Amino acid sequence: MSAPDPEDKALRVEEVISGLLHWGVLGSLTLITAGTVLCFLEPGTYGVRGGSPADLHRFLTAGAAFPRQLAWFLGGLSRLDGTAVIVAGLLLLIATPVIRVAVSIIAFASVRDRMYAAITSVVLALLLFSFYLGKAG
Amino acid sequence: MTPAEFTLVIAAISFLAGLLGSLVGVGGGIIVVPALTLLFGVRIQTAVAASIISVIATSSGAAAVYVRDRITNLRLAMVLEVATAAGALSGAVVAAYVSGRFLFLLFGVLLSYTAWSMSRRAGTRTAALPPDPWADRLKLHGSFYDRAVGETVSYRVSRTPLGLAVSYVAGLVSGLLGIGGGVLKVPVMNLAMGLPIKVCTATSNFMIGVTAAASAAVYFMRGDVQPFIAAPVAVGVLLGAKSGSRLLGRLKNHVIKVAFVIVLAISALQMLWKGVR
Repeated sequence: MSAPDPEDKALRVEEVISGLLHWGVLGSLTLITAGTVLCFLEPGTYGVRGGSPADLHRFLTAGAAFPRQLAWFLGGLSRLDGTAVIVAGLLLLIATPVIRVAVSIIAFASVRDRMYAAITSVVLALLLFSFYLGKAG
Repeated sequence: MTPAEFTLVIAAISFLAGLLGSLVGVGGGIIVVPALTLLFGVRIQTAVAASIISVIATSSGAAAVYVRDRITNLRLAMVLEVATAAGALSGAVVAAYVSGRFLFLLFGVLLSYTAWSMSRRAGTRTAALPPDPWADRLKLHGSFYDRAVGETVSYRVSRTPLGLAVSYVAGLVSGLLGIGGGVLKVPVMNLAMGLPIKVCTATSNFMIGVTAAASAAVYFMRGDVQPFIAAPVAVGVLLGAKSGSRLLGRLKNHVIKVAFVIVLAISALQMLWKGVR
């Protein structure tokens, strides 16, 4: 067995990251599109058959914060509620770059690039710390 | 207008924002926010939250292709991300103590100057770059296949410490002013560090998603991410960014540069306007 070429190793990291982003994007696109279609089919959401100008006005002026309790979300998903499916897609979209950083650490470590595994770990730590601050603030 | 028409119109506008954003390496905020607030009277917090979703969508939508085609300088992106993430954290901490108006004016002037200096150097070759031991140690030099000219372009990276400093500031202001860091990172990579413009926009595009994800989580927990508005924005931008990513390789360098300078000039005007208003 010959030693792996360093150029090949770099290519593997890029393939892993590119593949992850591809599937993350495809998943979010599918969920958000499906959720939007469901919202137009379910009575009492966006309005069946496209809704009316009054429906739009109601949506654009909605001042109340969007419901984001875990119970609502899980319940909505099990009922295939359109809004919950959209939220699942948006959450996947937000999570994809974070997962990308975490996966990069593993990818660099697996090709024994210690320096870049360390650099990427610092990015993840800073990111998680800012999530923590955001939640507290 | 009905909800169905609104969804389609916003998706179409967002498609354009994603297309442009993926080519020049910045989020589509300069298009999405005015479209939502001025055309449809959406609350500013909701519009900004949708715009942050659009930054993530621009980044992830295009990065799969840029990384696969090796246009993105992955190592440089990882290194600069450290500085940006640290800057964003500091921004969150100092936000309560700084005057927004003053910062908007400062960055309006700074971006105007950057737009002017980038337009002057459009097309001309950069002068010899000083050697950079940081770039050597971090193995930042790279090459990519430029489809527009049909050859592999090799480049050396210079002035890494300056790049880190600017990326830190980019992270800081993205938290404070809600602007994407791309408008600062693309010029420093191009003018100071010596990277080809396509590598700059693709690398910036890769980085902006991470910074935006941190802010997006905060907006989401606050309840500002409205599914009705964010959904068509996300879908439109993702599709636009995917189309843009297939286009970048084939476009000539000066086209990208001109598009970036225009985006920069519009951002500068928006900053100045917020500062004087």
